[in-house]
Amino acid sequence: MRQMNLFSSPTPMTVGDLTRYIRQMFEVDYRLQDVWVEGEVSGVTRHASGHVYFTLKDAAAQIACVMWKTSTPTYGAFVVHGGQILAHGKVSVYETRGQYQLYVDRVQPRGMGDLHAQFEMLKAKLEAEGLFAPERKRPLPEFPHRIGVVTSPTGAVIRDICNVLARRWPLVEVLLASTQVQGEDAPPQIVAALDALYRRDDLDLIIVARGGGSLEDLWAFNDERVARKIVESPVPVVSGVGHETDFTIADFVADVRAPTPSAAAELVTPDRAELEAQLAALRTALASALTGDLRARRVALQSYARALLHLSPQVRLANFRQRVDDLTAQATGSVVHLLQLNRARLTGAAARLDALNPLAVLQRGYAVVRRDGQLVRSVAQVSSGSQLSVRVADGEFDVTANL
Amino acid sequence: MKKQTKTEELAFEAAFAKLEEIVGKLETGDLPLDEALALFEQGQKLAAYCGTKLDEAELKVQKLAAGSERVEPFDLDEAR
Repeated sequence: MRQMNLFSSPTPMTVGDLTRYIRQMFEVDYRLQDVWVEGEVSGVTRHASGHVYFTLKDAAAQIACVMWKTSTPTYGAFVVHGGQILAHGKVSVYETRGQYQLYVDRVQPRGMGDLHAQFEMLKAKLEAEGLFAPERKRPLPEFPHRIGVVTSPTGAVIRDICNVLARRWPLVEVLLASTQVQGEDAPPQIVAALDALYRRDDLDLIIVARGGGSLEDLWAFNDERVARKIVESPVPVVSGVGHETDFTIADFVADVRAPTPSAAAELVTPDRAELEAQLAALRTALASALTGDLRARRVALQSYARALLHLSPQVRLANFRQRVDDLTAQATGSVVHLLQLNRARLTGAAARLDALNPLAVLQRGYAVVRRDGQLVRSVAQVSSGSQLSVRVADGEFDVTANL
Repeated sequence: MKKQTKTEELAFEAAFAKLEEIVGKLETGDLPLDEALALFEQGQKLAAYCGTKLDEAELKVQKLAAGSERVEPFDLDEAR
């Protein structure tokens, strides 16, 4: 019968016991507890807890890695997908998943062109600090009065910027804080130039600019000191570094990134031509507003004048005048009528008078008897022998009364 | 770090904004005539002022003297 060993003991181990045993096997190996390993980073997961999980691989194999959040502030930025790194740590087992992994506590970047790696690392680090956050970005003033420019005092960049400003918005004043923009001295000089501008209180914004060049040429704008100084700016910063395709750390921390220095100058200024057009439109609007106002007043005036005319006493006078005419006509009519009336009455009266004419009575055979000129109406007026005169129609004769 | 505009002269944008305001007021009408005329006159002056500002403006470029707060004129020809 074969000798039973520990592993074939009829009393089985639990998975937990076994895994713990395996972990201890790793941990007693001093080489595995202090190891440097080089590989390419992939599958980076930055967990909300702050820990970073990734895989380190080469052509032959791969190993799961974890970096605790205590190490990430210093080294987390180096853990970038595709990056070649030298990682230090210990190998142990994550019992829950039965997985051995490298617990990374230090990292050195390798390969990838050192500059690219550094760029990616600094970018990741500053981004993790929230320095690129959109809510940090400030709007640019619409009409800047004074612009600080950090760039070289020689070369095309300052001239290009000033040419654009002169064309678009010559009302602005430029204050150049000159600096080297290339080489080892450039970053501290850029920082000093920015500081000098920050001490002023008359700037509306700052342009940080450099012409195009290689990654190495633009390197000063990927410097952490420069980036952090830009972040401190009390006024909006516009970056215009290199060509359209170049991105620098300065671009990410600036409030606005312009693709080139000239574009930066355009971005920060209103367009004079456009404002002149607006001004012309305003002048026209001003004139036509007044003309319109006056026209409206004239129209109102005319309508009031008409209304006034309607209300004028002239109309009433004319009415009166007509009424007078009417009355006059009426009156005339009345008078004529009256005359006619009277004429008729007169005719009547004449007829009646005619009827009463004593001559007419005499014609009918009556006679008028008078005594001493007195009409004789009664016998008593007469005695025998009275001399009477008798009037008949065609004459008079005397008679003697005979009683 | 806001610039205080020189007090003796109105900044372009202030004059421009004032002009826009005046045009707006005139366009709404209902102002007494003498007020409308006064506004029109003021608007004309502002428009002329803005025009002059744009026509006569000449870019002023200065530089900070190295290592000091001093501001000195900067000749763009230096940049050649």
